[in-house]
Amino acid sequence: MDLKTNITPPPSMEKIGSKSTLSNSAFLAEIRYFFKMNKLAFLGFIIIVTLILLALLAPLIIPYPNDVALETHVENKLQPPSADHWFGTDELGRDLFSRVIYGTRVSFQIGLIAIGLAVLIGIPLGLIAGYFGRWVDEVIMRISDVFLSFPPLLLSIAIAALLGPSLTNLMIAISISWWPWYTRLIRGQVVSLRERGFVEAAQAMGVPSWKVIARHILPNSMAPVIVQISMDFGSIILTAASLSFLGLGAQPPLPEWGLLINIGRNFFLTNWWYVTFPGLFIFISVMAFNLFGDGLRDYLDPKTRDS
Amino acid sequence: MIRFLIRRILLGIFVLFGVSLITFLIARVIPSEPAARWIGPRATAEQIAAAKVELGLNQPLFMQYINYIKGLFTGDWGVSITSHQPVLKELLIFLPSSLEIILGGMLIALIVGIPLGVLTAVYKETWIDHLSRGISIGGVSIPAFWLAMILQLIFYQYLGWFPLGERVSTETALLYPIETITGSNLIDSAVQGNWVYFSDALNHSILPMLTMAAFPLGVVTRMTRSSMLEVVGEEYMRVTKAFGFSSGVRTFKYALKNAMGPTITSLGLTFAYALTTTFLIESVFTWPGLGLYTSNAILSSDYPVIMGVTIFVTAAYLIVNLLVDITLAILDPRIKVNVE
Amino acid sequence: MDVLLDMKNVKVDIKTRSGTFAALDLEHLWINRGETVALVGETGSGKSMTASAIMKLFPTNKAKITNGEILFEGQDLVSWSERKMEKVRGKSMTMIFQDPMSSLNPVFPIGEPMVRMICKHLGVGKKEAKKTAIEALSFVGLPDPKGMMKRYPHELSGGQRQRVMISMAMACKPKLLIADEPTTALDVTIQLQILYLINQMKEKQGTSILFITHNLSVVSHIADRIAIMYGGRIIETGRTKEVFRSPRHPYTKMLIDAIPSVTNDRERLPVIEGMIDRSIEGCPFANRCPKARRECSTQGMPKLEGSSQDHMAACFFPLEEVPALV
Repeated sequence: MDLKTNITPPPSMEKIGSKSTLSNSAFLAEIRYFFKMNKLAFLGFIIIVTLILLALLAPLIIPYPNDVALETHVENKLQPPSADHWFGTDELGRDLFSRVIYGTRVSFQIGLIAIGLAVLIGIPLGLIAGYFGRWVDEVIMRISDVFLSFPPLLLSIAIAALLGPSLTNLMIAISISWWPWYTRLIRGQVVSLRERGFVEAAQAMGVPSWKVIARHILPNSMAPVIVQISMDFGSIILTAASLSFLGLGAQPPLPEWGLLINIGRNFFLTNWWYVTFPGLFIFISVMAFNLFGDGLRDYLDPKTRDS
Repeated sequence: MIRFLIRRILLGIFVLFGVSLITFLIARVIPSEPAARWIGPRATAEQIAAAKVELGLNQPLFMQYINYIKGLFTGDWGVSITSHQPVLKELLIFLPSSLEIILGGMLIALIVGIPLGVLTAVYKETWIDHLSRGISIGGVSIPAFWLAMILQLIFYQYLGWFPLGERVSTETALLYPIETITGSNLIDSAVQGNWVYFSDALNHSILPMLTMAAFPLGVVTRMTRSSMLEVVGEEYMRVTKAFGFSSGVRTFKYALKNAMGPTITSLGLTFAYALTTTFLIESVFTWPGLGLYTSNAILSSDYPVIMGVTIFVTAAYLIVNLLVDITLAILDPRIKVNVE
Repeated sequence: MDVLLDMKNVKVDIKTRSGTFAALDLEHLWINRGETVALVGETGSGKSMTASAIMKLFPTNKAKITNGEILFEGQDLVSWSERKMEKVRGKSMTMIFQDPMSSLNPVFPIGEPMVRMICKHLGVGKKEAKKTAIEALSFVGLPDPKGMMKRYPHELSGGQRQRVMISMAMACKPKLLIADEPTTALDVTIQLQILYLINQMKEKQGTSILFITHNLSVVSHIADRIAIMYGGRIIETGRTKEVFRSPRHPYTKMLIDAIPSVTNDRERLPVIEGMIDRSIEGCPFANRCPKARRECSTQGMPKLEGSSQDHMAACFFPLEEVPALV
């Protein structure tokens, strides 16, 4: 699932921390170079931007806005794709194209909130662990180790299953199993930053620790967090869809991709379009983030950089 | 080596304690009353009170946890709310059929993925490279439950090559019955020389295995490729060339062994991933294994089963990772020194 | 004398992101049978590239021989296929590398590739090959050669690993050994032992040796002839004694003057200022040369010239020959 972070904890992240010191034009040139060297990453980026636009504009562009909710047209049920209904219709006659496109909005919302929660838990703990060190560090890191020892996806499923099926619980479940990655990342950043001159100078001048963290350490460790988020987003979308497929997340009539497939499985053998399109959207979104994340990782890894 | 093993095992036990504590706490946060669910929808207040005593829910939380841990060690993993059967017993019954498709899938992934990764590294920037990059990204991105249905659509609905689901067709099971030895139909029927059963069971397991193979295939291909690329650039590979070894020997004899480390490491993760993937696809294939058992438990909020599965799968993950580390130590003589 | 290797007008280009880069432009380099030739130059002068060109063993696949001929026992290797090259590499010509720590495959015991190589090149069985390998290991003075076969590289010291490399190089009794800075990564005391072993190879097996180094003082002990490289070109070549006695190229003279010596009581060693600048037209050393005139960078490349093949230099204004002491 979360391949990148599991197999290679990002040691090269520190590099981007220094990137923020680049001038604007040099930064743009660097971005251009990155995309030129990673055409697949560029493809991923284009898809991501398209999906974000779809998510933002979904209510405006979908042909049948009412079909997103419970409106039914039973006379139109299970129609194959046509000019009127590009992705066909479901068992209640609702337009699947509208529902799938709207599902982009749902999935991105879930992803953003879940990752936001994970970051909100993970970053403060990482800052505390890295800044104070000693037993505080030890306790926080051992706890996060335990969370990381669960097989990916399992903890989310277990938490969501034990909390009961709802969209909120789904997002809580995902963030509970994801925060340790950010704690680890931030802690590593802080430990390396702590030794740097400007932090030591601030400490020596008697600046209180929370100020040192807020002013000096946090801004300097944001870049790797953003990179990590962009690499994790695909996994989170897939996890959310998987949980909804199990009946643990979104509830009808919300057009969540995983849920659409869960309902569609009762009809798909004779109505191929029902699961095909929602699944294709999950597949493409996850792949886009993986392509982009891969390119980013190659770019940040000094070993593969100039090959 | 021994010290390294002991350290890893102690660490694993610590982690399992943590895991049990986390699942225990979350399970106790459930708003709905477990005792009421135990009795059924028309429970009276007395019945619920009695069930609370029976399940030990009237004790303080700390004592409940102690009892729970005690149970884990003595094989008492609680009782399923829906089937009223001991959880551990049911887990062990369902495990073999899941292992069958998991291991089958991983085998496919290794057989296809390693040569693909090697070829990609050798023929960099050719169509082989592009194909395998596509496979490695696609394999890890595709939702398994969706892939399962697409395979069913193509190979059952349209082509009619493979059956839709189940482990074996009813007629075969009735006309050519086998005795259960390991719980794996393929192994059991082969051992008993029941080839009718074997081929039918194999036919049934192809689609689930292919579905299971997707993610490991992506991971194995990618890991093999990237570590091969790294090894090929090492000085000792140039030295190997300087002594006149052909490119085949260099690649498959001298580079591959060095490059296998990351691939083997990734197997631990992919195994764990495959275990959780069974939750998603066994219901699609109506494959009676751990995953179907779990997804049914999820639907009926059968919390002892969910807790049991969580701990069981995590333990399996830890054990597999331990085996992976041992394999790596055998493969690479340097590790034995480094862990000391 | 019988010429074993003869390189004429060999050019190697490397394609980089910013264009093609002429890594090597070798006018003439030859090695006789049973002779040690030292190739001397600073980092980036093209000496390792020369070695790579002979074995057709470039560190990147972006490097290519674009011109010239490399005659080995009279046959031109430039046109040879990779498959044909595999038959001579390790057998007739072989190479040892600078860093013995990274030269040996870490996951195989020492003996495995040796035995495999001997089987391949000498066409003998495994048993016979094992015997040959053990002989080679004991020739280079490794203790317990039989047990050594089963040991892994990480169990050995740097000096021991370089001995293993040498034993592997000599196992098939090659005609040419290319030693690419084989002592640079080693302790001084071990350097001498390795030099001794390489010399032994020449004396016992008649192997010709191309010894690549940036250390001129090492050369004076072991080389019959030397070739000084600068900016991808050979700028002076000749019998070692001749070159040391009377260097013709200013660069060579500066190199020799920079050798620390016990008998010399200079307070500071002279330093050659500046860096190799590959963008220069004309003599590549012109920008650092104290004797350079304007013509040096306008007349094109100087050619290797001299009264005989025993001593030639590529300089428009070579230094006066020092008369021999009779």
